[in-house]
Amino acid sequence: MPVDVTLPTQRTANPPGPLLAFWHSFRENRGAVIGLTVVSAVILIAIFASVLAPYDPLDQFRDFTRLPPIWSEGGNWNYPLGTDPLGRDMLSRLMYGSRISLFIGLSVMVVSMITGVVLGLAASWFGGIIDVIILRIMDLIMSIPSLVLAILIVAIIGPNLTNTIVAVTIVYLPRYVRLVRASALSELSKDYVTAAKVSGVGPLRLMFVTVLPNCLPPLIVQAALGVSDAILEAAGLGFLGLGAQPPAPEWGAMLADARDLITSHPWVMALPGIAILITVLAINLMGDGLRDALDPRLKRS
Amino acid sequence: MFRFLLRRLALTVPTFLALMFVTFMMIRLVPGDPIEVRRGERGISPERLAELRHEMGLDQPVWKQFLDYVWGLLHGDFGVSIITKNPILHEFFHLFPATVELSVCALLFATLVGIPAGVIAASRRGGLYDQTLMGIALTGYSMPIFWWGLILILIMSNTLGLTPVSGRVDLVKYYYPQVTGLMLIDSLISGQKGAFLDALRHLILPTIVLGTVPLAIIARMTRSSMLEVLEEDYVRTARAKGLPPYRVIGIHALRNALIPVVTVIGLSVGSLLAGAVLTETIFSWPGVGKWLIESIGRRDYPALQGGIMLISSFVIVVNLIVDLTYGLINPRIRHAR
Amino acid sequence: MKRITTLASALLVSTMLAAGGAQAKTLVYCSEGSPENFTPALNTTGTSLDAARPVFNQLVEFQRGTTNVVPGLAESYKVSPDGLVITFKLRKGVKFHSGVNGFTPTRDFNADDVLWSFNRQWKEDHPYHKISGGAFDYFNDMEMPASLKSIEKVDDYTVKMTLNAPNAPILANLAMDFGTIESAEYAKYLLDKGTPEQFDQIPVGTGPFQFVDYQKDAVIRFKAFDGYWGGKAKFDDLVYAITPDATARYAKMKAGECHVMGYPNPADLEAMGKDKSITLMKQAGLNIGYLAMNVKKPPFDKKEVRQAINMAIDRDSILKEVYQGAGQKAKNLIPPTIWSYNKAVKDYEYSPEKAKALLKKAGVKDLQSDLWWMPVQRPYNPNAKRMAEMMQADLAKVGINVKLVSYEWGEYRKRLQAGEHQMGLLGWTGDNGDPDNFFFLLGCTGAREGGQNISKWCDKKFEDKLQQAKKLSEKADRTKLYEEMQVISKEEAPIVTIAHSTVFEPVSKKVSDYKVSPLGRHDFYGVDIAE
Repeated sequence: MPVDVTLPTQRTANPPGPLLAFWHSFRENRGAVIGLTVVSAVILIAIFASVLAPYDPLDQFRDFTRLPPIWSEGGNWNYPLGTDPLGRDMLSRLMYGSRISLFIGLSVMVVSMITGVVLGLAASWFGGIIDVIILRIMDLIMSIPSLVLAILIVAIIGPNLTNTIVAVTIVYLPRYVRLVRASALSELSKDYVTAAKVSGVGPLRLMFVTVLPNCLPPLIVQAALGVSDAILEAAGLGFLGLGAQPPAPEWGAMLADARDLITSHPWVMALPGIAILITVLAINLMGDGLRDALDPRLKRS
Repeated sequence: MFRFLLRRLALTVPTFLALMFVTFMMIRLVPGDPIEVRRGERGISPERLAELRHEMGLDQPVWKQFLDYVWGLLHGDFGVSIITKNPILHEFFHLFPATVELSVCALLFATLVGIPAGVIAASRRGGLYDQTLMGIALTGYSMPIFWWGLILILIMSNTLGLTPVSGRVDLVKYYYPQVTGLMLIDSLISGQKGAFLDALRHLILPTIVLGTVPLAIIARMTRSSMLEVLEEDYVRTARAKGLPPYRVIGIHALRNALIPVVTVIGLSVGSLLAGAVLTETIFSWPGVGKWLIESIGRRDYPALQGGIMLISSFVIVVNLIVDLTYGLINPRIRHAR
Repeated sequence: MKRITTLASALLVSTMLAAGGAQAKTLVYCSEGSPENFTPALNTTGTSLDAARPVFNQLVEFQRGTTNVVPGLAESYKVSPDGLVITFKLRKGVKFHSGVNGFTPTRDFNADDVLWSFNRQWKEDHPYHKISGGAFDYFNDMEMPASLKSIEKVDDYTVKMTLNAPNAPILANLAMDFGTIESAEYAKYLLDKGTPEQFDQIPVGTGPFQFVDYQKDAVIRFKAFDGYWGGKAKFDDLVYAITPDATARYAKMKAGECHVMGYPNPADLEAMGKDKSITLMKQAGLNIGYLAMNVKKPPFDKKEVRQAINMAIDRDSILKEVYQGAGQKAKNLIPPTIWSYNKAVKDYEYSPEKAKALLKKAGVKDLQSDLWWMPVQRPYNPNAKRMAEMMQADLAKVGINVKLVSYEWGEYRKRLQAGEHQMGLLGWTGDNGDPDNFFFLLGCTGAREGGQNISKWCDKKFEDKLQQAKKLSEKADRTKLYEEMQVISKEEAPIVTIAHSTVFEPVSKKVSDYKVSPLGRHDFYGVDIAE
């Protein structure tokens, strides 16, 4: 899917007065604040779905199937966003669906970040054959069309939520590894690292405590964008029927389920897509803000 | 330079080998069986299944199958499809032009719209144009393209009736031989009135859908690259000399700003092909992406391993070319390794 | 192959240009997919069989729009009194297509072609047996190797088929697509040329249309065969526009780009019915969608539990939301259009209360079960996932907690046949309109592990009648047995009979005499189209 858009951030430096300075510059970016607000709202909805949602997402109201949303003719205030062909309340399903999407996005991010850091640091520290092997494996993953690879992995280990996370993690791993490796390599050549080495700091401590923090800014940006990419990729898998299994209200799967209704009842298909778009857009806005705030070069002007 | 090239080429060899091995193994790990899957409700008796597996060589140990496969590949033989019995190479190159045509159009669309958008945004930094354009670009970047495709079909085709929903050209009305496999060119060669326009009409929606994400990336990339260049001394000098802004931006700045953009375009070939998988599925576009998805469904092992090998090789080669040209433009990279 | 089609199309273009003056009548059928090849004996999917059908004939054939067996390439046939020998008198003066793939026939159709076509599927030493990895699924599935003793040529126009045992359904079987007769001479021509694999890609037959050109995932072209023994077709060109997406097919239909389309989205039927340029034709489908309960897994060994589930599932809602009106509630395993359908059978009524009471009576509490749904759309079940989700909710109401399970389609069916499930959705589409083609689904042969009876239910009374009915040749005697079997299977309730889907086919108002086939076939000979 999307190419690495964080190229410019790979040249990094330490921002002065870290947290406060960061917040000040983040706050200046209106888009980023909007993004943060929406993301917070989605997170709140996900956490409190059981309180906020009018119904259980699995309850089928057989007498009220395929109701349109309230702004459409024939809408019913009891079901503000209408119902699906089984009479399940769309609003409730979308709210519960945010749990699944956020869970996937965050899990993929955490797992691939940890794995990426370990592999990337290992590649840069050991160099030589280990570096080559790790890099070649990453090249390999990147050369197979991502969706085809994800489908194959899910087909092998079976379609369900956990395996979706595994598949998407594998597909997105190369970005993290390459990013960490590149920034670690540039840090390793700096004086402070040499100084630490000379003073006898052990390799583990050197890599994780001395070098890693200095590689963090681009990694944080990548992580934020990684959440949104993972949500998109997982929704794509769900759309092809390979993600969360029924009756789970996963957005991609909801969309796929309603594909045959595209002409007759389009909103059932349109709404989950809007939910995906809003969530992903908000995360990306926030990610842009993060990048600008963490990137001193762009911040200057 | 020559040594650099050789080294880069040598580096791709193990990738190819690993690719061959990994795709082969993965495909065989997928549960299901190419014979079972096409049997529908009726199923198949174990004896008959064993017989057919034997005929297809599927009862051989996997290592033997792999060696046979590699041996075949070395002779340029990708095997035949289990479903159609056609040679894989024939199937692939019959469908590949469709994917190429779609991808090239999408990339053209993305570049022709994305670069001007990025330049305008950069030259009006912080202004209304900048914010609107970048807002749209970020929305495009966040777009779930399967949904985007369906929404466009809903609006453009189902409601307004402007564009066809699927296929490459109305082959019933326009009937001409496939020469290049690229409908836009073939329809022109055929000289049939209206055929070219019809092929173009079929291309519009898939092009927009596949081009959306690259467009967003190119626009954002152009903008940030431009901003960087505009800060450079030579641009300031040009400005100070009193050159009109369009010359400063259009000639001095843009030329340098485009180098990273071109790299991004080159490197996006892989992701473009990945996007083509979903786009082709939605628009029933008869290309290799849709073929791969269908082959997974049918457990057509030879088609899958051959298809993935060919597409991945293509991506590797394109990335290599991008790397090399980048190395040519920017000698620092060449020496850094 | 590619060069050949390109060449063929180039030739066709020039002929079309040359003939440009006269207006040719063309019928366009929007089909749902690409065929695997053009030899019906090799294929099992409706898509592939539909694509080859215009080109070919069988000895006996299904009358268009029905399941009646009528003479085809055989002018008449005679069954011996002991039911063991069938003698076919072949039609004389039947021509094969000429000029396809450079082949010009030198003789008319005769007994050699019949023997060649059956032996290809039957005899391993046949020169074409292994070509195209011949699996010959239907020939084997219909148990032809076991039924046939010999096929002999008596003279050029007489073929004698000897059976091992009397077999009432065999004539209906021979009318199926695997009974297609191909040209032995064309086969030899290609073999001599060293390109036998083209035999299954570029077909030559005796049928009403001859093959012109095929582009994968795009289009198949045929033209009317002047020398067809039944008289030339009423229009000139037949085109299959391959359009996999149902929404896209409908859009083309609306734009007048196709005249007949298969497999509409159930959700679009309402709009199609209102469309003035379209006739929405329908026909009760020859199929059944059912939910099978595995009687080998307690508590489904108890009749009460199975009956309770029959009562717990709200089939009316399923018909409304899954079939969206394109189906009728099923009472028996066979659809009402098949002879021997028992109208008197009393169906279970939807009643969660009664179901609960029955479960209580059976001593079943807090039942946990799985429910399998197939990952694909089938003619008898347009949306198994939606159906499973509805059943899950219905069963929850009577206190049964159901987990939904699915596998890739081939794997799914294999595991169901192995009996891994507790409850599973499946169905059946009839091949030939004979009741035996449905009732075997509940027979004891299929109940063994790996067999097609996925409820694994084996009832002595039912089985005896099933076997007996197969050997009788009087329709009335067979009807009686089948009617009794329907009573038994309803009472024992190994399956929930859900629905028989209705086949809908939108047809342009320009088209006349089109008939929807209960067998799910698409036949165009005899159809006409206004200019």
